[in-house]
Amino acid sequence: MAQIFTASADTRLRAAALLGVVALVMALVVLGGYADSSYATLVGWVEHQPVPFSHQHHVGELGIDCRYCHAAAETGAHAGLPSTFTCMTCHSQVWTGAPMLAPVRASLASGKPLEWQRVARLPDYVYFDHSIHLSRGVPCVTCHGRVDRMPLMSRAQPFQMQWCLDCHRNPAPHLRPPAEITRMDWSNWDEEPGIHAVYGELMTKVYGIEPAKLTQCNICHR
Amino acid sequence: MSETASDTRITAEITRIPLHHPHMRNWWLLFGLSLLLLGCFFVAAGALFLNGVGMWGNNIPVNWGLAISHYVWFLGIGHAGTLISALLLITNAHWRNSLNRFAEAMTLFAVVCAGLYPILHLGRPWLFYWMAPYPNTMTLYPQFKSPLSWDFFAVLTYLTVSLLFWYIGIVPDLASVRDRAKTRRAQVLYGLAALGWRGSGRHWARWQQAYRLTAAIAVPLVVSVHSEISLLFAAGPIPGWTSTVFPAYFVMGAAFSGFAVVLMIAVTLRHALSLRDIVTERHLDLLARFLLATGLMTAYGYVYEVFDALYGGEKQDLATLHDRFTGLYAYSYWGAVIFNFVPLQLLWFRGIRARPAVLFLIATSVVVGMWYERYMLLMTALYRDYLVSSWGEYHASLWEWLLFAGMIGVFLAPFLLFVRFLPVISAFEVKEALRETGDLRHA
Repeated sequence: MAQIFTASADTRLRAAALLGVVALVMALVVLGGYADSSYATLVGWVEHQPVPFSHQHHVGELGIDCRYCHAAAETGAHAGLPSTFTCMTCHSQVWTGAPMLAPVRASLASGKPLEWQRVARLPDYVYFDHSIHLSRGVPCVTCHGRVDRMPLMSRAQPFQMQWCLDCHRNPAPHLRPPAEITRMDWSNWDEEPGIHAVYGELMTKVYGIEPAKLTQCNICHR
Repeated sequence: MSETASDTRITAEITRIPLHHPHMRNWWLLFGLSLLLLGCFFVAAGALFLNGVGMWGNNIPVNWGLAISHYVWFLGIGHAGTLISALLLITNAHWRNSLNRFAEAMTLFAVVCAGLYPILHLGRPWLFYWMAPYPNTMTLYPQFKSPLSWDFFAVLTYLTVSLLFWYIGIVPDLASVRDRAKTRRAQVLYGLAALGWRGSGRHWARWQQAYRLTAAIAVPLVVSVHSEISLLFAAGPIPGWTSTVFPAYFVMGAAFSGFAVVLMIAVTLRHALSLRDIVTERHLDLLARFLLATGLMTAYGYVYEVFDALYGGEKQDLATLHDRFTGLYAYSYWGAVIFNFVPLQLLWFRGIRARPAVLFLIATSVVVGMWYERYMLLMTALYRDYLVSSWGEYHASLWEWLLFAGMIGVFLAPFLLFVRFLPVISAFEVKEALRETGDLRHA
């Protein structure tokens, strides 16, 4: 009977097994890289919107307050996206004929809302509440980034759980005066006069924030 | 040592099965049935993935339901395979050699079924890997105080060791099948599976080392894994789950149900594959004795549980005991007692132990009885705990029964493939036993 396997079959089997192990390790490395990549987290990726709204123009150049459009941020769980009427408070007076704003006018005429695409979206099992974060002084820029420099809106933070927990475990350095919540540039905060360097530590005591409780599962998953 | 006539006969008798299966028609019938059941599994699991566990009957207070009672039941069945294979290997009981291979396969597939249940019981089954400690973007680590974590490690360890033990054991026989295979494809496939086994002295020495080492790892696992199962009950503040007899009681019950299934499989295979002179009446007799012995030990657990409640005198334990005897789920208690221990008493008689058909029926009764026991332990304790406000009933939904039918398919389909394509009995170990004792009947 002819031989089934050649003399090198054992070696080849071992090489194949070794390749399998290498492939497995590689797969784990690739998966790990993928989980943190902007492809998975969507950081910096622009969503397609019905109107190419520029935060850079409206916030950075015109200085419109965030809460003018995202009105429920301080009082509700969701900050909310603006209705057509909000756009029209200005655009019934300025740029009334601009082709770029045609969908807004069409929306007003038909009564059908603009379908804004959420950029900062969390999974459905996360119960995030804007109002508590704002009333304790977590500024918009912490989660949403420098929107005043974004011609088109994109996600600024990965919104992974480790990112949420980084702050929940040690909230003090992230706290700012609630009155200045919409301020974009905080680069000089620590050097500014007064008690800024210890502001966070102080306010955690004032507000009674206990980091140990902030990391309990049911704080965010109910 | 040269190959004797009886050696050749045994190898031929065992290796003919994967190469020229004797009862292809019956095999196809059974395999068709098991594929149907497997289909049920995919339907039930698919529906569960789409709709969530809300479609099952379990809810507070009985949030474990059939899924967890089946988990314990399947895992328990698996343990007998390891006991027969590993424990009897280490204690040099050569009669095991006719039984160990298919008992190990039974263990393997039972553990797979068992492991699927807690996963399907999760709210989001596709995230089951969160139970593994791995670096992740959530900076979460498994909660080692949670029984769910214990389950994960227990099942994973047991599955790995069972698979290794079974595969290491089968390698020399795969080489025998390879050498007897006629078609090119069979030669290559069995050859690859045999990992280049040539039967040299060095191969055998290494093999002995690996096999006995894995056996030595596997035996304590039987005790630790099923003790873990019993302690995950004890971790909950539920009356009726706090008896100190639990770990021993569970391990014995596991061995009991497992020996029953091994007996059922042994009788079936012996008949279906004409293996009467390899799986002899003596083997069935020994299995029946094991069944009787583990059954009596399990019965001791029952007695001790009652004693524990009465002696402790805790009001709630007594109430649970009362519920077991007369409550809503009393049928499961009496079902367990009757199916487990009444037909079992027939095994005291030598004449009965020599009759395969009767043995099969007694073993079936034990499997049913042990199913009732797992169900009873969960239901009677959970449906009424300390607070009257949290009392509630549990009735399994059709989907849970469909999943159970499907899970039988998950067990049967690969087992039948094993019966069809792999040597179901360890030919070389039978030969070894034969050579050492001269006669298989007294091996």
